[in-house]
Amino acid sequence: MPELKIEVIPEGTVIDHIPVGKWLKVVEILGLTKPNGGTLLIASNVPSKKLGRKDIVKVEGRYLSEEEVNKIALIAPMATVNIVKDYKIIEKFNVEIPDEIVGILRCPNPNCVSNHEYVVPKFKVESREPLKLRCHYCERTIEGDEILGNL
Amino acid sequence: MDWKGRDVISIRDFSKEDIEFVLNVAERLEEELKEKGSLDYARGKILATLFFEPSTRTRLSFESAMHRLGGSVIGFSSASSTSVKKGESLADTIKTVEQYSDVIVIRHPMEGAARLAAEVAEIPVINAGDGSNQHPTQTLLDLYTIKHTFGKIDGLTIGLLGDLKYGRTVHSLAEALAFYDVELYLISPELLRMPKHIVDELREKGVKVHETTDLEGTIPELDVLYVTRIQRERFPDEEEYLKVKGSYQVNLSILKNAKESLKIMHPLPRVDEIHPEVDKSERALYFRQVFSGVPVRMALLGLTLGVL
Repeated sequence: MPELKIEVIPEGTVIDHIPVGKWLKVVEILGLTKPNGGTLLIASNVPSKKLGRKDIVKVEGRYLSEEEVNKIALIAPMATVNIVKDYKIIEKFNVEIPDEIVGILRCPNPNCVSNHEYVVPKFKVESREPLKLRCHYCERTIEGDEILGNL
Repeated sequence: MDWKGRDVISIRDFSKEDIEFVLNVAERLEEELKEKGSLDYARGKILATLFFEPSTRTRLSFESAMHRLGGSVIGFSSASSTSVKKGESLADTIKTVEQYSDVIVIRHPMEGAARLAAEVAEIPVINAGDGSNQHPTQTLLDLYTIKHTFGKIDGLTIGLLGDLKYGRTVHSLAEALAFYDVELYLISPELLRMPKHIVDELREKGVKVHETTDLEGTIPELDVLYVTRIQRERFPDEEEYLKVKGSYQVNLSILKNAKESLKIMHPLPRVDEIHPEVDKSERALYFRQVFSGVPVRMALLGLTLGVL
């Protein structure tokens, strides 16, 4: 079977091992829905030894902050991030769900104080598999689609 | 642990040792009160009671506790008479009030409001109820009442009846009871079942939990029946409320098959879920529960102020 070729980028970030179909959410989270000067390459439903099938997002000229990496970990916990400079991978790491998710997820509880006062939303990770978070303020737990819908 | 300056926000922040410690201090204060009538541990200290929504019982209980400790009280009992009406943020209200007081008790309709207040304030904050989330001092006084009545909590079979979905008192009581060796019966209409995450958590902690809609069949098993009101104001939908309104009533006839020693508790106010004919029975513990609020809140105020 011919190998799938995805164009390399001279510098930027390659997010690999994204679950199939989640590339759009990654693009949204990273604010790449509008052109930012660099090339954006997306490959979806690509064969993968690790996942069976996967999505890949390559962003030219952008490096990810820790906050962005954490956001990606919520929707793609198996993702790997490759930092590319001069066409070479200079750093590679797995995303990791931190113990606390701060500032990137809104609480879905409409009566939570974090939706009414000037407050940075904060969640404690109760379980990673399946992902379950507890709001620091209203103490409600959220899972699955509720997490994705509030990113 | 050092209690001075500590906030009391959620029963989830407590260990079993913390709970036992507070209950023991409350017991000591109750004895001292019986002997002396009033105490002066908190002389010169000021409690601010910030009640953004009405609650006569909890507010009066805190005020009574502070007065009995020898301290004084300032505060308000509804947000409508405060600068909140002018659009002031909760954080600003708290930062202002802490300039006038040594400890803050807050009741707020929004979940998490007490946690936010505690983060903003330098002085201790005690949660007197935040929306349908937590009411930790109610839980402590419930535990205190059970311990005072039975001499223990371990080994009891406890039924929680009524609105287990929206009722914050039963949520935190169930979480606190998980520290003890108890068996729990969760009795409610299907629509008002205890949230799954709480039931799962109780089971994970090894509590034997039964969920049922059958009050009459369950009563013979119980040492304590903790009744709650079906709270109209917590329902997002009036139709949903009408479906479950008046689902249960505890009366003398339904209690016929109960153990001799069964006690009935209720955080009050009640509407029609306990018939007044039960009040005179030895089983009625709900007015003793109201009394327990004072020594327990005295203990919490005194400990967080660092005067006990």
